[in-house]
Amino acid sequence: MSIPKPAGLGQADVTPRPVYLNRRKFLAAAPAAFAATRALLAPPALAATRLNIAAKSPFSTNEPLTAADVATHYNNFYEFGTSKNEPARNAQNFRTNPWTLSVEGEVAKPRKFSLDEILKLAPLEERIYRHRCVEGWSIVVPWIGYSLSALLNLVQPTAKAKYVAFESYWDLKQMPLARPETAGIAFPYVEGLRLDEAMHPLALLSVGMYGESLPPQDGAPVRLVVPWKYGFKGAKSLVKIRLVGSQPPTTWNLANAHEYGFYSNVNPQVDHPRWSQAKEQRLPSFFKNHATQMFNGYADQVAGLYSGMDLRKNY
Amino acid sequence: MLKSRWTKAVVFLLCLAPFAHLAAVLFACLEQPDMSSPVWRILVPALPPNPLDFFTHLTGDWTLRFLVITLAITPLRKLLGLPDLIRFRRPLGLFAFFYGCLHLLTYLWFDKLFDFHEIWKDVARRRFITIGFAALVLMIPLALTSTKGWIRRLGGKRWQLLHRLIYVTALAGVVHYYWLVKSDIRLPALYAALVAALLLYRLAMSILRRTRQSSAVSKPTPVES
Repeated sequence: MSIPKPAGLGQADVTPRPVYLNRRKFLAAAPAAFAATRALLAPPALAATRLNIAAKSPFSTNEPLTAADVATHYNNFYEFGTSKNEPARNAQNFRTNPWTLSVEGEVAKPRKFSLDEILKLAPLEERIYRHRCVEGWSIVVPWIGYSLSALLNLVQPTAKAKYVAFESYWDLKQMPLARPETAGIAFPYVEGLRLDEAMHPLALLSVGMYGESLPPQDGAPVRLVVPWKYGFKGAKSLVKIRLVGSQPPTTWNLANAHEYGFYSNVNPQVDHPRWSQAKEQRLPSFFKNHATQMFNGYADQVAGLYSGMDLRKNY
Repeated sequence: MLKSRWTKAVVFLLCLAPFAHLAAVLFACLEQPDMSSPVWRILVPALPPNPLDFFTHLTGDWTLRFLVITLAITPLRKLLGLPDLIRFRRPLGLFAFFYGCLHLLTYLWFDKLFDFHEIWKDVARRRFITIGFAALVLMIPLALTSTKGWIRRLGGKRWQLLHRLIYVTALAGVVHYYWLVKSDIRLPALYAALVAALLLYRLAMSILRRTRQSSAVSKPTPVES
């Protein structure tokens, strides 16, 4: 029986002496290399990155900012739990990289955007907005982003586009609490605006707050902020923006149309069925003693969108 | 052990523990002490971002918990064969009233800043507030007549009848909670199940008693010859 000589291995394949002699060095370096791999595999959401802000926005309020700690630890993000303190705990390992935001529907140029493309689509501005929750509390947040219109103009809405639907990420593997039977609302979370509302310069596509990328519990990596409407209109962790011909069904409106209208403009004169909307609590204040303003103080800019409309009916 | 004065004192202190917690958080919110000390880190791990929300929910939760515990005393006495548990029923009921009052105070003060015009509008118009308010008001006569003197004055039977108002309070409290949550009804459903079980136990017992009594009356004991 003849044993064939292994083919293809010659002198050149012998481990070079210096490498061989350095094998211990390699072994010593292994844990570090392993750790580096781990770092690559680790959820990138953990690391907030500082964002380069090109400009401060003239839309900013000069009211005192809410402490970042308060704004980022009191969240309604039902995908990560229905209590306000749950999202900050449960969203920490949320993977936001890679990320794709698909813009589709009644548009001339439907397109999928990567997070990198979203970050570079327009110069990032810091906009300090009042944020009023339908529940009666408010915060003042320095968001980072640009007008949603910058993105919508790129895809060129057609004449058929009348409304815009915003869809949030939904994945039971990453969001085990996001079940309709326990949370009591449908998933994925969908919100909507009229096209003219969406094109208004105040409507913000936000990628950050307090100088950094959005924390996962606040809707990383990209979310909507509509400062003249109640907070729930600002859908978080957006994966899809659809331009459509008729008013889209929206999550809270489906859950309880009587309490959460499609428009949901901040309006101190129109009460929520279960509480007055005349006053709000500026967190972390104890007292609900801050007067709520019409359109959350943005009436000068947006009241024209609703001229001739009965805001009591279209709440 | 249940008869000991010390047991009663320990139960009393335990019932005050939620109050101590609330007081510690309130103090921390107002005074902003150095929170890095270990005592504070255990008592108040983090300041609540929304104190109104925090105090409203915690006082409401404890009111419902004490109502459920109070209602559980009678069944537990029978089921566990511990008649002496009765000594704790009155203080537990009074603690339910105490935390209910703190709950109302949080609403009147933090939420409404004692604006009685607005408060009246809420009570009259908003059903979850109407029923919550009713639940608390119904506890007032029970708290006032909780002394031995009042038991004597009313007579045992009438006193017992009056104190069945706690059933109405517990049911109203659960409905109040159910009507106030936005969409996640798991916690109100849990309280509803507990209160329902405790009330159904009483219903079953009273039916059982009545059938026994009536059968004892209608059927003459057979005479053995």
